[in-house]
Amino acid sequence: MADWITRPDHTRRDVLRLVGGAAVAVPFAALAGCSSNSGKTLRVSYQQFGSGKIMSNYLTKVAAQFSKAHPDITVELVPLVAAENDYFTKNELMMSSSRTACDLVYEDTFILKSDVAAGYLQPIDHLLDKWPMWDQFYPITQTAVQAEDGKHYGVPIFTDTRAIWHNKDLLAKAGFPAPWQPRTWDDILTAARAVKKKLPGVVPINIYAGKASGEKTSMQGFEMLLYGTRSKLYDEKHKKWVLGSKGFIDSLQMIKTIFDEKLGPPIANALDPNLSETVSSDWFPHGKLAMAVDGCWIGGAWGEGAAAAWPEAHKVLKLAKMPTQHGEAPGLVTLSGGFSWAMPAKASQPDLAWQFVEQMMGTQNMTDFAIADNQISVRRDIAAQPRYQNSSPTVGFFTELVKNTTYRPALAPYPQISNAIQVATESVMIGSKSPQAAAKSYDAAVIDIVGKSETMKEA
Amino acid sequence: MATLTETAARRDSAEPPDRRPHRRTAARGIPLLPAVLVLGAFLAGPVLYSIYLAFTNRALRGEGASETSFVGLDNFRTAFDTSEFWNAVGLTLVFTVVSGIIGQNVLGMALALLLRRSATWVGVLTGTIVVGAWIVPEVVAGYLWYTFLSDGGSLNGILGFLHLPNQDWLIASPIIAVSFANIWRGTAFAMLTYSAALSQVSPELDESAQIDGAGPVRRFWSITLPLLRRSIMTCLMLTTLQTLSVFGLIYVMTGGGPGIQSQTLPLYMYEQAFSYGQLGYGTAVALMLLLVGGLAALAYLRVLPKEDKE
Repeated sequence: MADWITRPDHTRRDVLRLVGGAAVAVPFAALAGCSSNSGKTLRVSYQQFGSGKIMSNYLTKVAAQFSKAHPDITVELVPLVAAENDYFTKNELMMSSSRTACDLVYEDTFILKSDVAAGYLQPIDHLLDKWPMWDQFYPITQTAVQAEDGKHYGVPIFTDTRAIWHNKDLLAKAGFPAPWQPRTWDDILTAARAVKKKLPGVVPINIYAGKASGEKTSMQGFEMLLYGTRSKLYDEKHKKWVLGSKGFIDSLQMIKTIFDEKLGPPIANALDPNLSETVSSDWFPHGKLAMAVDGCWIGGAWGEGAAAAWPEAHKVLKLAKMPTQHGEAPGLVTLSGGFSWAMPAKASQPDLAWQFVEQMMGTQNMTDFAIADNQISVRRDIAAQPRYQNSSPTVGFFTELVKNTTYRPALAPYPQISNAIQVATESVMIGSKSPQAAAKSYDAAVIDIVGKSETMKEA
Repeated sequence: MATLTETAARRDSAEPPDRRPHRRTAARGIPLLPAVLVLGAFLAGPVLYSIYLAFTNRALRGEGASETSFVGLDNFRTAFDTSEFWNAVGLTLVFTVVSGIIGQNVLGMALALLLRRSATWVGVLTGTIVVGAWIVPEVVAGYLWYTFLSDGGSLNGILGFLHLPNQDWLIASPIIAVSFANIWRGTAFAMLTYSAALSQVSPELDESAQIDGAGPVRRFWSITLPLLRRSIMTCLMLTTLQTLSVFGLIYVMTGGGPGIQSQTLPLYMYEQAFSYGQLGYGTAVALMLLLVGGLAALAYLRVLPKEDKE
């Protein structure tokens, strides 16, 4: 104590040195995001958005089966809680390091080819070749998981298709009794004009356009039109993006016609990011909308206990296939997306991961999952199951479309190209540009994104 | 006493510095080391890393995203060649000038002047309302304005009730709509700053000017404003910097749309970095936003010392 008083300086410095030294010497704990992979753990990540438990329940069930067959292995489920874009980002960040990469990831076919190009995923052809189930997949869905190098990088889980939902009572009042099936774009316009004339206050048709609806505009809207013409966005043979095609301009013209003649939603609704919500929970149930080009999943909004429960939905709402422009073969068009299971290049347990896929993809398991999640199956064996066919009034119709479906050219630049499409549709719908001028701006945007050498004029 | 001699010594720069206290000061700094290390790792580290990123082609997805290479000024060149970038710069300036520099400061000053001579309860009531708008989180404020202005929103409800035509500002003039929302939200800050500054101005000055026959406008221009110059400059700088980085409000109200008509730099940056995964490019845009803010701050600071000298 006396020491402290007589020689405060010295002692205090000693104490400080000691304390400071100790503090510096404390090692920073490593902040590991994921537990390290011992040889006995298999890690499976998936998207968890909202309060939906279907996916996690299903995976938990499969994991329990798997652990029974392999008692020495623990299956760790890694839910990534995020909406669409954030999910891609989280997943990519995890795959980019071997410390965090899971053994199996849940990949949207929309982003799959981008992730392949980035080097995040490994090809699984050698595994698919030995897998008897692979033949059960519709060929078109197999190409959806095929990258530019011709190799397959995922196992499709389910898909979705699109068609024209329509209110049969409203159409009947306008002079189009059920069953209504348009053969050409003109048939659609004729029906829409009749609705506008005879039923004031009813929105004749909704086709998504404009930037606010994002990918819905590109896929449910514009591409449903474009792929019904003879043009495409991307030429698979030459591996180039197609500029200024006739079909592109025609599709924009169709959108322009709909908005010029006020056959679509009021412009303020059309440019509202929440339009899809309005369509399924307000307009359709309240008889304010006659037709909508939309996806198979919107029926989920009217189920029992759903936000906009509507028991009569399937009595009132019927489905028609989306026709091609002038009724060209095959006479219908639909677009598909959907998810797949893929294996990160940095996965530490690829063999185990594959065994887990085989377990998951058993007919029994997949049928249960498809029914629980209202999915459109990508496999013949499941489509043939009576309990799948009877799981909802629309599942048969939408599964039938899969054979003729088109997948988006979901290459790395697609998200940006899709954005350029949205901008083009928006400029014609608000009347700021003619279809030709909007297509010109689109061409400039695409050249900007991929470079001139990656583009071509329509043959 | 010691402090006096110290300052004297410091003023006299010819005197050689005493070494021993320096060494002692260094030793005394040792306890700070852990804090400095942590700050370096978690604050300066990411800042430096993001500056480095701006000069690379780091991307989350697409061709070769797993490899990152140094590309020099490519990102900046791309930005200068992109019309969308210039659109974002223009909108950012409009948004900052209209809602930050003019809107918030003029309205804040007006409120502060009016409240100066008002009854206490008026002051309390106004203060509560204005400050209430300020403490609401940005996202909530954005959503409030969206529900007010959107097609089926309350403003059109009121207009319909009065048999007036509907408005669609969110579609027709989105940048003005978000500017209004930002004025609504940020005026409180300017008002509080100016109220505090005005309370420092002695009323005698005003009164003597009044006796000399100066009207209220003249008194404001010749007496109040010159006395408030420093506060005005400070407040302008702070509101400018705050407004430049507004993201949530615009994102919720318009998402940068329709098209790109309200896509200011922060929204453009977000789209590039997180919708398209172009992290390097997005960071380069962020760096330019920082530069714009820095230039604005410098401009204000250059004006300030002049006032001080008078």
